[in-house]
Amino acid sequence: MIRVFGWNEFLVIVVAAQWTIALSAIAFAGGSIGGLLIALMRVSQVRAFRLFATGFIRVFQGTPLLMQLFLVFFGMNIFGFAINPWVAATIALALHASAFLGEIWRGCIEAVPKGQREAATALGLRYYHSMRHVILPQATRIAVAPTVGFLVQLIKGTSLASIIGFTELTRQGQIINNATFSPFLVFGTVAAIYFLLCWPLSLVARRMETRFSRATAR
Amino acid sequence: MYEFNFTPVLASLDQLLVGAWLTVRLSCAAMLIGLVVSITCAWGKTSGPAMLRAVIDGYIEIIRNTPFLVQIFFIYFAMPSFGPKLSPNSAALLALVVNFGAYGTEIIRAGIESIHKGQVEAGWALGLSRVQIFRYIVMKPALRTVYPALTSQFIYLMLNTSVVSVISADDLAAAGNDLQSATFASFEVYITVTLIYLALSVGFSALFYAVEKMAFKYPLSR
Repeated sequence: MIRVFGWNEFLVIVVAAQWTIALSAIAFAGGSIGGLLIALMRVSQVRAFRLFATGFIRVFQGTPLLMQLFLVFFGMNIFGFAINPWVAATIALALHASAFLGEIWRGCIEAVPKGQREAATALGLRYYHSMRHVILPQATRIAVAPTVGFLVQLIKGTSLASIIGFTELTRQGQIINNATFSPFLVFGTVAAIYFLLCWPLSLVARRMETRFSRATAR
Repeated sequence: MYEFNFTPVLASLDQLLVGAWLTVRLSCAAMLIGLVVSITCAWGKTSGPAMLRAVIDGYIEIIRNTPFLVQIFFIYFAMPSFGPKLSPNSAALLALVVNFGAYGTEIIRAGIESIHKGQVEAGWALGLSRVQIFRYIVMKPALRTVYPALTSQFIYLMLNTSVVSVISADDLAAAGNDLQSATFASFEVYITVTLIYLALSVGFSALFYAVEKMAFKYPLSR
């Protein structure tokens, strides 16, 4: 007998959203650490660091996220780890986020006027202190809006983890759809939940962007 | 220690290249049709009636805030309950067009809004028609302004096509999946497929750069 798409099925899908949120949060946390490193490498004085960071960004921005997921998923086997969708999805999404956040934040660091850096040097601040107290605080302010914007991309990206068998929102939707054969309701619900997660973030990002451009236009 | 074995992958390289060719065709077709959708919607959004603007806004917000994978599922699995049942390849094309259209509309709208009002008024004063003004005074310089954004959106679209393999359209990623299940050399297959995608995106970036150098010789500033 075919199950009918009812209240229970709806609830199962809603509950599965917690895995989407968890995966997004972990990937974002990992991606923030990686992204900061990549951004600092990109603006570094050391050529080798710059080359590495540029290559890292090129590779991750020039290949599909789906392939990155597959490579980590099947690559774990090569390095002698058991294949686990949870770990693979987390690592792949964190690396992906590192590359994109690294590129976004490099732009923000470079948007801080050069005079600030020179003033810090003139005051006798070394690299660490000028970054920590002069450059990064200002870059952070510029970075908030595009970072929130990228978070939307990341949440949408977690849907691909369903393809390597991680049961989050999209995968749960597929499972329920296979049991109920009501794709319109199932995928409509799934899409609506993603929309409810992403839309507020998009609005916040846009609001901050216009406020910031108005503040700097003066 | 794991031993890499690329022999079966290299033996079936032609299979992957056939998939890559579909990826290229699919991307280009989606880009061209998507551009028509984008320009139409951008026109509607900047100079259409309020109702039309609200509809276009709704379309853009829904597409930009839901994953491409779910959009494909919706078009391929859910659409047949109220519309035609599409083949995997046509469903993939439709999904890509719908997705690109939303992002493209916003990009082109930004370009249109960067045109000075005085330019359009000058067009009216010269007695140009509405279509002529849109075509020569608004669209031409607007496209030049948004060219870089459009090309990076195209690269993004091309990488996104890999997702259509889940509804078994026969693109590069799907060719990879087939080869993977035939040879079990998963890592070797996917690293090769990933390198082909990288080559495609690097190649297209170079091509767009060359076109930009040829097409937009005159400076952007007024």
